Amino acid sequence: MIVVENLSKHFGKLQALNKVNLTCEKGECIALIGPNACGKTTLIKSILGMVIPNQGTIKFNGRPIAGQFSYRNHIGYMPQIGRYPDNMSIGQIIDMIKEIRNYNDQTDEELIEAFKLKQLFHKRMRTLSGGTTQKVSASLAFLFNPDVLILDEPTAGLDPLASELLKEKIIKEKKKGRLILITSHLLNELDELITQIVFMQEGKIHFHKSVEQLKVDTREEKLAKAISLVLKQSQHE
Amino acid sequence: MKKKFYTLVLLGYAFIANAATLHVGKAQAFLLIKQAIQAAKAGDTVIVHEGHYKEGNIIVDKRITLMGVNYPILDGEKKYEVLSVKANFAIIKGFQIQASGYGSLDDPCGIKVYDSRGVEILENILDDNFFGIYIQYGKECIVKNNRIKAYGVEEQQIGNGIHCWKSDSLLIIGNKIEGHRDGIYFEFVTNSVIWRNRSFDNIRYGLHFMFSNNDAYITNYFKNNGAGVAVMFTKNVKMYNNHFEENWGDAAYGLMLKEISDSYIIGNHFLKNTSGIYMEGTSRILAEKNIFEANGWGMKIQASCLDNEIRANNFIGNTFDVSTNGNTVLNTFNGNYWDKYNGYDLDRDKTGDVPYHPLSVFSVIVEQTPPAMLLFRSFMVDLLDKSEKISPSLTPDNFVDNQPLMHSLSL
Amino acid sequence: MNRIVKFVILDILKNKVVLFYTLILAALSWSVFALEDNSTKGLLTLLNVVLLIVPLVAVIFSTIYLYNSTEFVELLLSQPVKRNRIWLSLFLGLSTSLLLAFFAGAGIPILIYAPPEVSLMMLLMGATISTVFVAIAFLSSVFTRDKAKGIGIAIMLWLFFALLFDGLLLFLLFQFSDYPIEKAVVFISACNPIDLARIMILLHLDVSAMMGYTGAVFKDYFGSSYGIYIVMSILALWVFLPYRISLAKFRKKDL
Repeated sequence: MIVVENLSKHFGKLQALNKVNLTCEKGECIALIGPNACGKTTLIKSILGMVIPNQGTIKFNGRPIAGQFSYRNHIGYMPQIGRYPDNMSIGQIIDMIKEIRNYNDQTDEELIEAFKLKQLFHKRMRTLSGGTTQKVSASLAFLFNPDVLILDEPTAGLDPLASELLKEKIIKEKKKGRLILITSHLLNELDELITQIVFMQEGKIHFHKSVEQLKVDTREEKLAKAISLVLKQSQHE
Repeated sequence: MKKKFYTLVLLGYAFIANAATLHVGKAQAFLLIKQAIQAAKAGDTVIVHEGHYKEGNIIVDKRITLMGVNYPILDGEKKYEVLSVKANFAIIKGFQIQASGYGSLDDPCGIKVYDSRGVEILENILDDNFFGIYIQYGKECIVKNNRIKAYGVEEQQIGNGIHCWKSDSLLIIGNKIEGHRDGIYFEFVTNSVIWRNRSFDNIRYGLHFMFSNNDAYITNYFKNNGAGVAVMFTKNVKMYNNHFEENWGDAAYGLMLKEISDSYIIGNHFLKNTSGIYMEGTSRILAEKNIFEANGWGMKIQASCLDNEIRANNFIGNTFDVSTNGNTVLNTFNGNYWDKYNGYDLDRDKTGDVPYHPLSVFSVIVEQTPPAMLLFRSFMVDLLDKSEKISPSLTPDNFVDNQPLMHSLSL
Repeated sequence: MNRIVKFVILDILKNKVVLFYTLILAALSWSVFALEDNSTKGLLTLLNVVLLIVPLVAVIFSTIYLYNSTEFVELLLSQPVKRNRIWLSLFLGLSTSLLLAFFAGAGIPILIYAPPEVSLMMLLMGATISTVFVAIAFLSSVFTRDKAKGIGIAIMLWLFFALLFDGLLLFLLFQFSDYPIEKAVVFISACNPIDLARIMILLHLDVSAMMGYTGAVFKDYFGSSYGIYIVMSILALWVFLPYRISLAKFRKKDL
């Protein structure tokens, strides 16, 4: 569904992505992991068209995305730190995005309900706490039943209850056959829903394995432990 | 001289007393004007009835009154001078005279007066002639209430509306002149009065005045002439109560004075001209109680002018009130109203307590470097002007009105 | 498209700065006409407003607004919206709301007090200058991520066009006054949108003086009936080029 070929991006001297190749298929739930500043967010933003790569192509459903925008109709994105216009209220933001999307089907407002955002609709974005902002971001990501969900550190800043609600929602969407791309450090939370692991380091993809394969390779039962083992190994190299 | 004149007039009346009246027209005694004039005696009246007369050049060589009824048309067919007056005390009244010939050597006219005195040209309509009315060596002639119109496009291809040359004691009154080269042209004309004329849309000057001493022009209206009004090489001119309006162009002036002395400019109104008055080589002139309003330059005084007095005028809404091209100032400004004056009047004598320097540094710059006009009213230039007002360095500091008025004069 | 423009305009109109700008313009214009007995003097004051304050406010406000709407742009970019559209919407939104403020503040008194030819030209030029400097703000804000630097560039550009440019031109005039530099001067002043606007207004304000200006080139270009078209095309270019360059840059910008 998403094919990344030979993708490179540098910011000044910093090589954020170095010839990255990645293929993501429908129904997969991919965890994008790696140490800080390994290029996860850059990769995601490249897929979203927010960062323009220096080299390589990204194809969405077989078509290159360079200069395109309509493919984003199929993507729901939840940023790591949601930044919104200060003066607008939650309700206005949601209404605006709805208007811009011009979405004709029934919108998926489950998360809005679950997070009880309706009561906060009149609140301005600048008055919100980080957690509430994340709730808004999450709700927006799921609002239009997208085929692809890109979640950048989705549970960071959320309280355990909200975290749990979001996780349930992710599982539910996964069952509908969506492609889900998650970056997260707190992997034990996501243990049960992840099917693939992509490990990035210094702008390169270190490996891309299925969870089963990883567990076999590391001889660990728990995903979190397996990953921390990989991380440790990579530091020793 | 005067006695002789009166005797002549009395004699004239004596003739009229038993004068005959001859009629010209389709159903009249004479079919042609020429025949009637030939048959007439001095003192007779020839009345021309309505009609279109194409008789070539008609010469009035007798002291007769030639009068039109309902404006009969005398047509020069673009070939002839229409009426030539060669007799003293002839009167031409009430004709429509049109389409005189065109010539660059012999100046064919609508009406031309040769060497005569006491001729009166009254209430005629002159249309599309090369020259309108031409007086040459005339004396004591009256040109009154004529309407003169031409359709000139180029200076060289059209003559003047009222052209007076080497004449004396003329009265030019109440005429309306448009579309000629110069509306009224005076050269070597003395002791004459130009009064209540309207001269507009002429190609060159509304009034062109040269070597004509001791004349006065009063209450005339000059508008939108190619170059305004020019008064040159003359002494003792009195210019009272005239309007100079909308004379636009780089060489157009409301009133251009060149080599003029001992003259008076009083009570005139200069409105919306590129330059209200332009003076060159002018001396001992008094400019008083004039209004300079909405001109590009109120007065342009060249350095060659001296001993002129400019007092009690209103300067309102001009882009530049005055400008000069030199550093020496030999003229005096006193008691004028300048709307750009920002001073105060603490002693309440109705004149400002600080002198006013009407010369802006930018006008000096533009005088030297005309393209600088493109920077006019730029913030940079405003700053320059302000700093110059505080400490004059480029403008002569004796260019000053020591008693600027606080309020405009009601003129 | 219009949806985003609508959001931008509504957002700006809620902004107190724009309200303040409108009020200042209104206070200035009304008082200037009420205090001066002839409208020409008032118009001269307003000429400076149009040539100095309008571009200054336009360029600074737009630059700050663009930096402050980074979040908004980011949000929109993750949605199926074209980059061109976002940028154009911001541009249309900013210029429209600044125009509204200008017309509401200065337009009404100018139309009431000034003679029609002058007032129309003044409004046209004020509106154009406002838009030109919005476009310049787009240019200065797209070149650096640093807000302070961006605002600095914006102010420098304003200072250059409003002040320094004429100073340099005056200097050139003095230096080369012995040469036929008229053509060059006309050409150079056409490179400054503020100068162009000033000359166009003066042609109607100081008719008598400008008609007397001897420059043949000047008359051929600005004084003729085509003059207004030429000037408007140059000014349109002044809107289009900075905007176009900023757009090209924005399309490649990483967020």
